[in-house]
Amino acid sequence: MAEAANARPTPRARLGPLTHAANVVRLVAKELRSIRADPIMLFLVVYAFSLAVYTVASGVSTEARDLTIGVVDEDRSELSRQIVSAFNPPLFKEVVPVTPAEVDPAMDEGRLVFVVDMPPRLQEDVLSGRPAAIALDVDATAMTQAGNGSVYIQTIIAREVADFAARRDLAVSEPVRLVMRAKFNPNLQTSWFTSVMQVINNITLLTVILSGAALIREREQGTVEHLLVMPLVPVEIMLAKVIASGLVILVAAGLSLVFVVEGWLGVPIAGSITLFLAGAGLYALAVAALGILLGTIATSMGQFGLLVIPVLVLMQLLSGSSTPMESMPVWLQYVVQTVSPTPHFVAFAQAVLYRGAGLPIVWPQLLALMGLGGIYFVVALARFRRVIFGA
Amino acid sequence: MRWRAAVEAVGASDAAEVAALDHVSHRYGTTLALDDVSLVLPAGRMIGVIGPDGVGKSTMLALLAGVRRIQDGQVRALGGDMGQRRHRTAEAARIAYMPQGLGRNLYPTLSVFQNVDFHGRLFGQGAAERRRRIAELLTATGLDPFEDRPAGKLSGGMKQKLSLCCALIHEPDLLILDEPTTGVDPLSRGQFWDLIASIRARRPGLSVVVATAYMDEASRFEWLVAMDEGKVIATGSPAELLARTGRPDMEAAFIALLPPEKQAQHRPVLMRPRPAGLDAAPAIEAEHLTRRFGGFTAVDDVSFRIGRGEIFGFLGSNGCGKSTTMKMLTGLLPPSEGSAKLFGRPVGGNDLETRRNVGYMSQGFSLYGELTVLQNLELHARLYHLAPRDRPVRIAELLERYELEPVRDARPDSLPLGIKQRLQLAVAVLHRPAMLILDEPTSGVDPIARDAFWRTLIDLSRDEGVTIFLSTHFMNEAERCDRISLMHAGKVLAVGTPADLVRERGSASLEDCFIDYLAQAAGIDRPARTAPEPEPAAPAPMAAAAPPRRRFDPRRLWAYARRETMELLRDPIRIAFAFFGPILLMIAFGYGISFDVENLRFSAFDQDNSPESRQLVEAFTSSRYFSEEAPIRSAAELDERFRAGSVQVALEIPPDFGRDLQSGRVPEVAVWLDGAMPFRAETSRGYVTGLASQYAQQLTLERTGAASTGQVVSVETRFRYNQAFRSVNAMVPSVMMLLLILIPAIMSAIAVVREKETGSIANFRSTPVTKFEFLVGKQLPYILIAMIGFVLLTVIALVVFDVPVRGSPGALLLGTLFYVAATTGFGQLISTFMKTQVAAIFATALLSVIPAVNFSGLLVPVSSLSGGARLTGLALPPAWYQPVSVGAFTKGLPFAELWPNILVLAGFALLFLVLSQLFLRKQEA
Repeated sequence: MAEAANARPTPRARLGPLTHAANVVRLVAKELRSIRADPIMLFLVVYAFSLAVYTVASGVSTEARDLTIGVVDEDRSELSRQIVSAFNPPLFKEVVPVTPAEVDPAMDEGRLVFVVDMPPRLQEDVLSGRPAAIALDVDATAMTQAGNGSVYIQTIIAREVADFAARRDLAVSEPVRLVMRAKFNPNLQTSWFTSVMQVINNITLLTVILSGAALIREREQGTVEHLLVMPLVPVEIMLAKVIASGLVILVAAGLSLVFVVEGWLGVPIAGSITLFLAGAGLYALAVAALGILLGTIATSMGQFGLLVIPVLVLMQLLSGSSTPMESMPVWLQYVVQTVSPTPHFVAFAQAVLYRGAGLPIVWPQLLALMGLGGIYFVVALARFRRVIFGA
Repeated sequence: MRWRAAVEAVGASDAAEVAALDHVSHRYGTTLALDDVSLVLPAGRMIGVIGPDGVGKSTMLALLAGVRRIQDGQVRALGGDMGQRRHRTAEAARIAYMPQGLGRNLYPTLSVFQNVDFHGRLFGQGAAERRRRIAELLTATGLDPFEDRPAGKLSGGMKQKLSLCCALIHEPDLLILDEPTTGVDPLSRGQFWDLIASIRARRPGLSVVVATAYMDEASRFEWLVAMDEGKVIATGSPAELLARTGRPDMEAAFIALLPPEKQAQHRPVLMRPRPAGLDAAPAIEAEHLTRRFGGFTAVDDVSFRIGRGEIFGFLGSNGCGKSTTMKMLTGLLPPSEGSAKLFGRPVGGNDLETRRNVGYMSQGFSLYGELTVLQNLELHARLYHLAPRDRPVRIAELLERYELEPVRDARPDSLPLGIKQRLQLAVAVLHRPAMLILDEPTSGVDPIARDAFWRTLIDLSRDEGVTIFLSTHFMNEAERCDRISLMHAGKVLAVGTPADLVRERGSASLEDCFIDYLAQAAGIDRPARTAPEPEPAAPAPMAAAAPPRRRFDPRRLWAYARRETMELLRDPIRIAFAFFGPILLMIAFGYGISFDVENLRFSAFDQDNSPESRQLVEAFTSSRYFSEEAPIRSAAELDERFRAGSVQVALEIPPDFGRDLQSGRVPEVAVWLDGAMPFRAETSRGYVTGLASQYAQQLTLERTGAASTGQVVSVETRFRYNQAFRSVNAMVPSVMMLLLILIPAIMSAIAVVREKETGSIANFRSTPVTKFEFLVGKQLPYILIAMIGFVLLTVIALVVFDVPVRGSPGALLLGTLFYVAATTGFGQLISTFMKTQVAAIFATALLSVIPAVNFSGLLVPVSSLSGGARLTGLALPPAWYQPVSVGAFTKGLPFAELWPNILVLAGFALLFLVLSQLFLRKQEA
């Protein structure tokens, strides 16, 4: 049969860099299709960047409000009543009158965080210019409220006493007038901070999950083997996953900043979103490589879940996105800045988005992102090659 | 016999039935698995249910075993209605069920002995009885030398024997086996059936129902049920069916029994001779290929040559090294020793050129389920760099040739297996490779589709000269190959044409020939093995099988607790998560969530530079909260430094500040704060307020000699419980609340869902174990682990964070115990709704973290919450535990103040257990 000659092996030209690039582009298209076909993942991405950002920003805040306060009024004077009436919502919940004996149980059980004790003869002492002391008990285990709340209470008491004194012509004006202004967020609204930080945390979280899940899905289905018998090299396969998940998350993050953060929540963004996205792109490559790395360690989605939760929580909490970096012990700051790209990205994002910093200011962070991203990528690729090829 | 007595008692018409189906239908979504099936199964027989994959065999068996809920119709087994829970609980101990898949009811990390032992415990057998029975069963199956080997490391045949031991431990009256021999080599298959025969010889009352996809096995059964598309198409003895159809073998008879329109699609496979003269240059040359995984040799010194255009078959059991050899030939796996050449070129991992000449089809479907048929083809066409002009032509050609045109826009997931395999083949030949490597391409495919598949293979080989290298379990497929190689335990036993091998060995058939080789390799003297030995010493079977049935049996509960612990101890990822997880997270939270604001970068923009202004600056720089940076010299610099983040608090003093102050005019001083982080800014505002008032007081004192009236009243703030106002004193106990729900809940949720995923949940469904025993048995180890975690966390609190237990340690311990009992119960409750481990992990993480962080006092005290947030918090255990942990650690509270919360936690533990019992289903939907 003449046709039998068809099956003779045909030598072809060597593969150039262009072919590799073309392969990557095709694989990226495939990865994007796979993501599109996964409704749960899509829902997660859309939800995380829209509703979740909104809820977090408008919901829980570390702004002191709804403080629970009890008052032991042993003076029962005009002044003491005036002070009590100054503890108003939304800063305070309704004031609870208590007797001295009730103070300890109420604070032990956590029903009251603050208790103000106004001594007998308070008004008398003020009128006669004798020094008097109001005791303020604070439950110092309520960390978000205790510090700022006690400053507010002190300020309120000082203001009310001054008001009272002014009405009795006893006032002496302050020698210096202090005006405090906050840059970048004049009213110190928490939502300005949390909304943007939520977007940043989502970038970390979802990029890792998306790229790791993409690899594990292929391992579980056995399609990775199929890719490996084709004329493709491992780096193309991995690069495609990294680029595809990075791309999806970048688009989602960009839209979220413009439409949810600026549009819906009305938070002004000081700097250039383009610069931010460029940095986020670098960062996404690094964390997507981390996702791949975790995907090579876990053999099933279940194991991946167990691995990824502690890793993500660690990365996020120690990144400076919830608590300022300088509050951590110095050794820990060095450790996280050496191993994790997240603190550099958070610093970069805060500088660009809040303070409007430009390239001349943030280039060191970008450099660090590039360096760490490169290392992550190389390590992930080495493991990807070794684990998938089963060597 | 008891079942007969039972049948007579309910007055059933036919005393000779062991089970029956009456108008039974079953659906999975829109797919109809069983279509109005009515059937009576005779008792005391060996009954075979035959048909390809997906015809409803498994569903029928699961309904008979009572592990699946009946949707429509009536199922009777052992003389009672399987739709009645009372009957199922009463009779569960008399039915044994072995699910489909190699060792699906086994625990891979447990040893052979431990697996059987676990099943014995589930039936409440005492230690002595178990030991006796296990010894008996393992000897009978020849597994006794491997007692300590983990089940996961057994060969397929051994796994199935072990599964059988597990099923037989309680001497059932009805044995239901779902495809027990799929993927098992012919020798082991023979041994398996011999084993069943010897058991039946000992216990004539035993009824056995077996599903199988191998038609050639059917002749061993006494009575057959042939199925197609959810319907029974014939019943009767094998001889009857062959006589009725007038065909020589069961496979042909099965095709003849199919509806006419299906038969019409069938065309017999016609073999054609290979054109001569192609053997000069071999297509594949394997020389001394060896592949080791750790200490295990998967492929051992394998050599062969395959000529161009040849169809070469690889025969052997699962795990004998077929797939590994194929992977080495494709370059997927580098060999440990030896070499392989394709078309004279050595195969290397990075040789892209050889890959262009090879088409590979892996075991099981491995194309993208999320892409359509057409998209799959297009993707592969692009990746193989078919010329753009060529692509549509080639794809159209393949769609037509492999009859995929009607499903081009469908996703493969929704297609029958036969069509999926055609698509895989189309993809494999897309780039016109000179060689195809096919790993079990027809496994599970129905006979008609299989023959169609083979016709295309023959066309490819004979018309296009494609070399085909394939592996199979089917003897009739092996007979169609030009040459075959028999493989076992990594070694090639024989190579040759099927006819030559049979002739050389003097065997009756190819199967017999293969068994002969296998027996020789295993060192077994065949005739002695096949004769079932009579076992006179065995006790009268019926007398032994009457354990008293109990509603609650602590032995069954303990069986689950014990097994769960053993499995967990052998899973490094879960163990790491359980013990390192809390440690790492505690450190992360302890340091990562801090409300201590210190070392604020402060700089002064002093435009006055007088003694008065310097005094003001000094008031700031002397504070421990600020660290002084270089002074600012211009307004532009102030902006720039804030933008760069190098200054967080700046003091702007106007010119003439000192002169104004001296002259009694009130000068205005500006303090700038970095508002980027509002909490930090808010706190620094508090610091600045304090500093400013101190400064003012000092100034007034200096100038007037008396305090101003505004300052007469001082506020004496007492920070209670945490005088040093350290964040960690409050955070560490609160974080314990978070971690002791997050990790225990995830662990216990996985424990249940894992069994659903691996299939071992079948043991819960088919044995007398109750929901309570199952849940509590699986919960106990996790409570223990959580308590160990708690001790670790306490040590970290004491040593790393220096947070002592100031209150009642007893309250802390008891509260924690109830709390983790509640949180592990919470995980189990969630797991009853989940199907996959990953869904269980993320759902549990979200459902526990969100309320624990937001509504339980971690960030905001519960007393400050109101409305829905407060109710959400109080409806879950964390909000009740947080006061206990903070109270016992930081607030120094005694037991007397904490017991109400501890009581509520115990209530939660009970509530979750009750709810889990309510939602957990003993039967599959």
